[in-house]
Amino acid sequence: MSEEQKVNDSEAMDKTVEAELDSHAVKHPPKPYSNPYLVGIGLGIVLLLAFVIMGRGLGASGAANTVVSVAVDKVAHEHAQNNLFYQDYLGDGTTSPFKSWLVFEILGVIVGGFLSGILAHRVRKETGKGPRISNKSRYIFAVVGGALMGIGAKLASGCTSGQALTGGALLNLGSWAFMLSVFAGAYILAYFVRRLWI
Amino acid sequence: MMLPFFKFGMFGDEISLVIAFIIGIGFGFFLERGGFGSSKKLVAQFYLTDMTVFKVMFTAIITAMLGVFFLSSIGLMDISLITIIPTRLVPQIVGGLVLGFGFVIGGYCPGTSVVGCATGKIDAIFFVIGVLFGAFIIAELFPYIQGFYNMTSMGKVCMPQYFNIPYGIVVFAVVVLAVAGFAGATFVEKKFANKSGEGK
Repeated sequence: MSEEQKVNDSEAMDKTVEAELDSHAVKHPPKPYSNPYLVGIGLGIVLLLAFVIMGRGLGASGAANTVVSVAVDKVAHEHAQNNLFYQDYLGDGTTSPFKSWLVFEILGVIVGGFLSGILAHRVRKETGKGPRISNKSRYIFAVVGGALMGIGAKLASGCTSGQALTGGALLNLGSWAFMLSVFAGAYILAYFVRRLWI
Repeated sequence: MMLPFFKFGMFGDEISLVIAFIIGIGFGFFLERGGFGSSKKLVAQFYLTDMTVFKVMFTAIITAMLGVFFLSSIGLMDISLITIIPTRLVPQIVGGLVLGFGFVIGGYCPGTSVVGCATGKIDAIFFVIGVLFGAFIIAELFPYIQGFYNMTSMGKVCMPQYFNIPYGIVVFAVVVLAVAGFAGATFVEKKFANKSGEGK
């Protein structure tokens, strides 16, 4: 088979897959989300199990820090070794930095999220945004917002999972201060960025 | 006392990674169930049109909090063995504000963006790229901001000891506040959802 043929074939295949996905979407519209209080109890029990079994809570931003630390260490080993931030996630080098609770937990989140999405016909290629902005602007703002999250999460030593949810349930003083500031920050800015969403 | 299992040496590090993966599946599953995989749904709470995210989050907090309180009250769990993040008040308040800005601009938080990616949301993929980039920026700046980062370091401190109020009273107060919050959330939801025609 020539290269060109292969490309044509794969394009044709993409189209079939897309057409199938479209007809699938028509036949199986996304189910509505579950009752918030029941979901909350489910989430709370998962968190409680983490406390009971492991003696620690949930998290997310730490896994991103591990990925970045490993990448920087690969590209500039000396540089990474001289920075306390990277050091923290790289460890002493005796075990792989990826062998961490948070990294494995996040791999589970991908599987669990996908599973729930598939069961409710909610896995589909789409972009969440308001009607007044283009996809491209939405992506730019997504990167900017994500970057602020990455910065804020390190300053606060945790994000909505590790601080607000986990620390909230343990009545951790810093976590509650953090949680109130997250809501304060978001509500203060919401009016000014409303074009993105409504 | 026999809980938490891991701290009493019931299993080792390798098994703990398997448990992390399984706990993660439960975490991701319920996040998606609640609509946390969709940026529009997450952000709707800041426009008061759909308070689902607020309700899910505080129901989860009080569920886990009551469980921990119960297990420690009957002497089954030693809560001093549960890992908690040390309080550094000022950087955590500043970090919280920055994170709040990022939330309403980017539409996700780190955990929910992973669920967004898993369910095909393109904006979530860009958000994750942003998070990695932000982590890189703060890592490179870290040597210069360490003074600020370690400011107002108070160690591991929880509200009952800090305010010198019995554990049970704080738990009760949080439950009362959350229930009041749910009522308030439902009220504003009705008010604002009608106005914008959203919030289903």
